[in-house]
Amino acid sequence: MIMQAQSTEIATQTRAIVEGLKGLEGPLLPILHEIQEEFGYVPQESLPVIADELNLSNAEVHGVVTFYHDYRRQPAGRHVLKLCQAEACQSMGSDAVADRIKRLLGIGFHETTLDGAVTLEPVYCLGLCACAPAAMLDGEVIGSIDENVIDEIVAEVRK
Amino acid sequence: MGLVQEIDYGTPASKSENMVTITVDGFDVTVPEGTSVMRASMEAGISIPKLCATDMVDAFGSCRLCLVEIEGRNGTPSSCTTPVVPGMVVHTQTGRLKDLRRGVMELYISDHPLDCLTCAANGDCELQDMAGAVGLRDVRYGYDGENHVFAKTRGALNDSVANIRYMPKDESNPYFTYDPSKCIVCSRCVRACEEVQGTFALTIEGRGFDSRVSPGMHQNFLESECVSCGACVQACPTGTLVEKSVIEIGVPERSVVTTCAYCGVGCSFKAEMRGDELVRMVPYKDGKANRGHSCVKGRFAYGYASHKERILNPMIREKITDPWREVTWEEAFAHVASEFRRIQYQYGREAIGGITSSRCTNEETYLVQKLIRQGFRNNNVDTCARVCHSPTGYGLGQAFGTSAGTQDFDSVEHSDVVMVIGANPAAAHPVFASRMKKRLRQGAKLIVIDPRRTEMVKSPHVEAEHHLALRPGTNVAVVTALAHVIVTEGLFDEAFIRERCDWSEFEDYAEFVSDPKRSPEEVEKFTGVPAEEIRGAARLYATGGNGAIYYGLGVTEHSQGSTTVMGIANLAMLTGNIGRKGVGVNPLRGQNNVQGSCDMGSFPHEFPGYRHVSTDAVRETFEKLWGVELSDEPGLRIPNMLDAAVEGSFRGIYIQGEDILQSDPDTKHVSAGLAAMECVVVHDLFLNETARFAHVFLPGSTFLEKDGTFTNAERRINRVRKVMAPKNGLADWEVTQKLAQAMGLDWNYAHPSQVMDEIAATTPSFAKVSYEYLEQMGSVQWPCNEAAPEGTPIVHMDGFVRGKGKFIRTEYVPTDEKTGPRFPLLLTTGRILSQYNVGAQTRRTENVVWHDEDVLEIHPHDAEQRGIREGDWVRLTSRAGETTLRAQITDRVAPGVVYTTFHHPDTQANVITTDFSDWATNCPEYKVTAVQVGPSNGPSEWQRDYQELSRQTRRIAPLEAAE
Repeated sequence: MIMQAQSTEIATQTRAIVEGLKGLEGPLLPILHEIQEEFGYVPQESLPVIADELNLSNAEVHGVVTFYHDYRRQPAGRHVLKLCQAEACQSMGSDAVADRIKRLLGIGFHETTLDGAVTLEPVYCLGLCACAPAAMLDGEVIGSIDENVIDEIVAEVRK
Repeated sequence: MGLVQEIDYGTPASKSENMVTITVDGFDVTVPEGTSVMRASMEAGISIPKLCATDMVDAFGSCRLCLVEIEGRNGTPSSCTTPVVPGMVVHTQTGRLKDLRRGVMELYISDHPLDCLTCAANGDCELQDMAGAVGLRDVRYGYDGENHVFAKTRGALNDSVANIRYMPKDESNPYFTYDPSKCIVCSRCVRACEEVQGTFALTIEGRGFDSRVSPGMHQNFLESECVSCGACVQACPTGTLVEKSVIEIGVPERSVVTTCAYCGVGCSFKAEMRGDELVRMVPYKDGKANRGHSCVKGRFAYGYASHKERILNPMIREKITDPWREVTWEEAFAHVASEFRRIQYQYGREAIGGITSSRCTNEETYLVQKLIRQGFRNNNVDTCARVCHSPTGYGLGQAFGTSAGTQDFDSVEHSDVVMVIGANPAAAHPVFASRMKKRLRQGAKLIVIDPRRTEMVKSPHVEAEHHLALRPGTNVAVVTALAHVIVTEGLFDEAFIRERCDWSEFEDYAEFVSDPKRSPEEVEKFTGVPAEEIRGAARLYATGGNGAIYYGLGVTEHSQGSTTVMGIANLAMLTGNIGRKGVGVNPLRGQNNVQGSCDMGSFPHEFPGYRHVSTDAVRETFEKLWGVELSDEPGLRIPNMLDAAVEGSFRGIYIQGEDILQSDPDTKHVSAGLAAMECVVVHDLFLNETARFAHVFLPGSTFLEKDGTFTNAERRINRVRKVMAPKNGLADWEVTQKLAQAMGLDWNYAHPSQVMDEIAATTPSFAKVSYEYLEQMGSVQWPCNEAAPEGTPIVHMDGFVRGKGKFIRTEYVPTDEKTGPRFPLLLTTGRILSQYNVGAQTRRTENVVWHDEDVLEIHPHDAEQRGIREGDWVRLTSRAGETTLRAQITDRVAPGVVYTTFHHPDTQANVITTDFSDWATNCPEYKVTAVQVGPSNGPSEWQRDYQELSRQTRRIAPLEAAE
């Protein structure tokens, strides 16, 4: 019953969000952003509601959601750490940075620590190539990552 | 014979009239502006390698195989997305292109299984063809890397681990499979689903190497929004989407172009055969009704033709309680002939009659009515159009002078406003619905008048501007209120009316509709439609550009069916929406040949071509040819035949291909009539419900087993071609002929073409039609004669057939079937996509996975009041009878209205329907029945008894052992 209540709630909230934004030109992406903002991820239960409201098929909405990696399909940890894995950062040792962080946190990419503290994700270019290797923690960019910075990041997310 | 090969031009044809000349590999080719380089090359006979392009969908430019070099341009543009420009010089094969294509192909094959020899698409695979075309000889990348091909992959320690990218085969759809491991993600299926079918059930999920075709939201095909039209299977260039029949049998070796035997759209199909086994039905791109599209019924639901319940031998029994006895054809014919003669001797010439079939060919229908008129010497012939579109024949005949739709299906491509009344094309005429939806997506506006929120009202990318959800039975009031708005707001087309109609009749009609009691505000009180919606719809239809009306049985199957048809004709005349492309009045006819059966003189008062039996000149034509004197008195209609049977004056009937017990209203009355007869002859594929009351059963042949023609809803005469020998030994026309011969008639048709020649010789609107001419033209739309040698796609172009268009007053008279305290709800009936009519065919196919029982749609409010939950058994009671079925709670229906389908005999919705009927034509009022709904424990006693009775009356005696 609790599950059910939750999904009706999601549907209701989704409908409210869609109502507010459906007048935009090309409203689907802004709606999905807003939903991610609201729930912390894009719940599956939202998708048929969006499809119905925008008069799209379920398949179309699914296609768009799965196309963009930034739309999260499960709730994330309290912090989200994105490590840049694009060419410039790779040339500056981002692989080693990623390995070390993965080891320290005990998780891989697209995973969340058991205590729900942090979710680790790869990202492909933050536009910070001049300060590679780069990362982004909860929306704040961090450049020139070395071992000290890694320790600071890990300490921060473990707080 | 061989396979009928259709050229795939890669991109759709351009409709421009400006011509452009380009040079392809040194050859000049002239094509319409807007044509792609790929199509232009194909027109010149040069086929550029391609994978993601096919001419049913727009160019996409993703496969990178169709690259060309164009002089004066940089790079290697894709030919499918590059339009022609005058003077363009194109090279399709250069060293650079060869390398590029081979490289691209190598990448495709590096993520595709190499199991060609055991693949179902072997020999019918464009990927295979392209590998050959580009000269692929080696794949350097190996298969050890990431792939979608293998279920297991090699792990880090050289061990075997599950491949997370691999997706197993989806076999959920009964007719085709989806094998993601063979998919090259060309998007053809996704685009076919969107552009051709308009369902949008498929998408590409993920991105980059993760991209996969996904039905719905990563569901299987059956769970998704897929309607199983087969467009994706047809579009797939690999073995990813492939018919299960091809997997089982193998690729076909020959094909015959024929016409689908389901609804009145009349789609052209290639019946693809291996030997005498049907491998698959593939829509034919040159078919002018469907333009290469299909639906789940025509494309896949042909399994009934070889179903085990099909009867292949003639059978006789003395009493309907006896088991059937198999006999020879000769014995059966002799028995019927002697029985019919005996009855006529005993009870008089009028004591027998017959019913023609809207499922059979024009030629067969013509022969049955000829047998009755020439052999029985009376006019006791009727057809199932009585119970569907007889008001159309009457109403349009009165208003315009022709008893048929005014347009061809292509016309919808030019419509700006489409008004759909009492029809749900998405379920009952799906291929036309797809064509209509395509136009709606281009911006045409839609008005729906229907008690139920059908798929047309709202489905992805289609939304009706106005949905007039009226109370069942109030069509006339709503249609007249639309006219009220058009007249009182001055939106009518005066020039058109003055030129094409009788002005004084218009004035009379205008005065009639202007009466304030016919205003939207007044009719809102009993139709339940908000006045503003009616006003909005009227304004849109009158002023929105080309306005076309499409209507169905929701218009005709009422006590005022004919009046509504006339009201619709009035709307078209008021607004000048008749006589050109994009407009018109179009009945969506239910059965494949219901138009044809009406044309062929199936009504008791009309000879072929809608000529009254009292017309001396017409009778003379047939009397001279047939050598007998013909009756000038109209014969009995189906309900009159049954009445006469109960009274004792009607004793024998020959019913070809119609199940009147299940399809006609008031089942109890029908069964009483049949039970009273002494010789009921049923000519059908199956022991249908009517056959339970039969004394003689003549096995029928399917549309695959005979030659002939069907006439679809747009008056198009399409050829039906024999693709296999009749399993029962005789085509239906031969059965009627042999029966006629047994009755002493001198009939000697060697082929249905000779029947068509007789029709053409006697019926002016068919004068130029012959099989030879159809062969040459593909198909023609009647009238087809000296005046219109190429047929008539749009009628009433330069004036109405009857002279001046006739405005007729349309007074709303509420039906006698009224709700009250005992029966507070209104039941209306309809169809769903996967089933067809009484279901005799579709129930005997895999289509039952979508709909295995009829359910009752009921509004949550009504359900709650009665304590009914989703899926509960409910008892449905009317003044006529009761039945039980399961409830489905939905707000598709308004409060006070319930809805069901009539596809399954064990529900027998027509036990409920009453014997009220159209005032002009006796078309039964299926669409309005006052009912009560209450909880129930399960099937009623009647339904259980019925099961047993059904079994009892269908027994066939085992053959006696040979001596």
